[in-house]
Amino acid sequence: MAETVILAKDLVKQFKNDKTVITAVDHLSLQVAAGETYGLIGPDGAGKTTTIRVLLGLLNRTAGESSILGFDSMRSTYPIRDRTGYIAQSNVLPPDLSVMENMQFFADIHGVDLAVQKKNIPELLAFTGLGNFTSRLAGKLSGGMKKKLALACSLIHEPQVIFLDEPTLGVDPVSRRDFWNLLGNLRTEKGLTIFMSTPYMDEAERCTQVGLITKGRMIASGTLPEIKALLPGHLLEFAPFPFKPAQQICLILPGVLETQVYGEKLHVFVDDVAVRQPQIEAALAAEGIRHDELREIEARMEEAYISLVNRHKSTSLENVQSLPGGNQ
Amino acid sequence: MITEPSFTQKQSSTPPVVVENLVKRFGDFVAVDNVSFNVQAGEVFGWLGPNGAGKTTTIRILLGLLKPTSGKTFVLGFDSNLQKKEVHARVGYMSQQFTLYNDLTPWENIRFYGGVHEMRPAELRLRIPEIIHMAGLEGRENAMTRTLSGGWKQRLALGCAIVHKPGVIFLDEPTAGVDPISRREFWQLIYQMADEGVTVVVTTHYMDEAELCQRIGFISQGKLVALASPSVLKKSQMRGFVLEVNASNPEQVVRILKAAAQNQQLALDEVALYGAQVHTVVPDVMLYKEKIMALLLANQISVRSIDWIAPSLEDVFISSVKDPLESKSV
Repeated sequence: MAETVILAKDLVKQFKNDKTVITAVDHLSLQVAAGETYGLIGPDGAGKTTTIRVLLGLLNRTAGESSILGFDSMRSTYPIRDRTGYIAQSNVLPPDLSVMENMQFFADIHGVDLAVQKKNIPELLAFTGLGNFTSRLAGKLSGGMKKKLALACSLIHEPQVIFLDEPTLGVDPVSRRDFWNLLGNLRTEKGLTIFMSTPYMDEAERCTQVGLITKGRMIASGTLPEIKALLPGHLLEFAPFPFKPAQQICLILPGVLETQVYGEKLHVFVDDVAVRQPQIEAALAAEGIRHDELREIEARMEEAYISLVNRHKSTSLENVQSLPGGNQ
Repeated sequence: MITEPSFTQKQSSTPPVVVENLVKRFGDFVAVDNVSFNVQAGEVFGWLGPNGAGKTTTIRILLGLLKPTSGKTFVLGFDSNLQKKEVHARVGYMSQQFTLYNDLTPWENIRFYGGVHEMRPAELRLRIPEIIHMAGLEGRENAMTRTLSGGWKQRLALGCAIVHKPGVIFLDEPTAGVDPISRREFWQLIYQMADEGVTVVVTTHYMDEAELCQRIGFISQGKLVALASPSVLKKSQMRGFVLEVNASNPEQVVRILKAAAQNQQLALDEVALYGAQVHTVVPDVMLYKEKIMALLLANQISVRSIDWIAPSLEDVFISSVKDPLESKSV
């Protein structure tokens, strides 16, 4: 069993503002072993950034435990800083410094010996493909290249673990693919432990372990197959017309576990495709609802997330949100 | 899909969005290079491309905000370049950073945008409740906009963009970064509008938004490289086939396959880690399954399976925009 690199146990972070208390991280537990690529996945405002900041000791925790490589986040911030790299969401690379000057700047901040710098900087520039741009000002780099430079700077002091807060936000698909391939190389070549947060459900597929977070709470965690196994039954997809009556009919049919709306398509979770598909088709035909072919599709992380969030909502009454009536 | 063009202001048989041999140069730089496409009435069309591909330039020309170098664009039958006023009166636009007045209520925001479009008070009295209902904002119409959550604000922004009943609406990355539940509610609204005959053009580089469009145009380096539905694109546009390798040591598998691609032992287009699996793009399924299996076994890797999997829309996108020569060096 690989050693535990990142640990949070019943972690709580509250922000107090006048008389209101906001619980940004709510009894969150997670454990990341060496060499894993862990994805903390959730929408804006779920508590991802706060979790990272508390783990790194940049914010004080309110309660619970948190540590990195066995060092307590609050008591041992310096040993943590020596051993971790961090790319904040709004990563600030001095725009008036060149690529090379940025690298040297971050090396100096981390107290990296000149001899080590001479070896590491060219290696990291080659690794990130920035070797031909050493004299370009950071402010003149494209979005994708800025992210690569930030990654190179975060690795300059040879950390054992890196934290990336939404590194692919606002990056186009080509640059996003490049960036993920770089992270894959760090995993294969250096065995680095990677902890990243993202609002994009499809990035779960790039991780070895994921945690799904909503409103500061972990609603599910594990490998991708483990999370998908939490979904109810099998998933059928079709485009009905008219839409709303079709959804209402499906909801009351036996064996239908859940429905979700996906653009012009309806997603219906059923216990048994062979039995329920003809029943759904018959029920739609009886009401004169037209539709394209019913297909069984594999649920993605997004379907799993929605299902798990809905389940979480219905089991915790205080979290019930009023949903808009107009489009339910 | 059956559509009733109740929102379309000008009845005509021509498609509501027409782009004909469009070229736009900025100095020596060709931002849009002879692009042609149409969007049909009531269609939800995705306009995709990496940053700097010419996506936004095309939309600006359609809206009459930029002059084309050559070629023509028409919106609802009006020439974007020569009939800007007619175009502006009939289109809606919602940007990623939508502008709502936080210190006004949703009701007041909608009224404000109606005023901008010179709608008469009597008209607005009927229209505002319609928008409130459509956006699911009943009960919140008199709350301060700043107190609304992201998903509500987004639906309000859409409501403000369509207050004047545009025939075509342009949405720029409308649901980037929003939680999946709010995104789905928003897309339900988009399809409601489309059912009522509104033509929807979504510009985005987020594949989870693109997947929800009925038809997609891909632009890369100013050129239109693909135009089809997401499912057709996945079948037709992908260069090569995606194989998924399930093996005991994925990190080691990547090293071996990359080395084989490097010394041209195997023609692999891309080798990448996906969690515990490795994906690679190959020119032939059966042949490469065997070749990869043999290579991994020779390296003492225990292989659980090698499966041919459907490409994601992102795979297709990367494959479409990649220069075929450049991709060999990856």
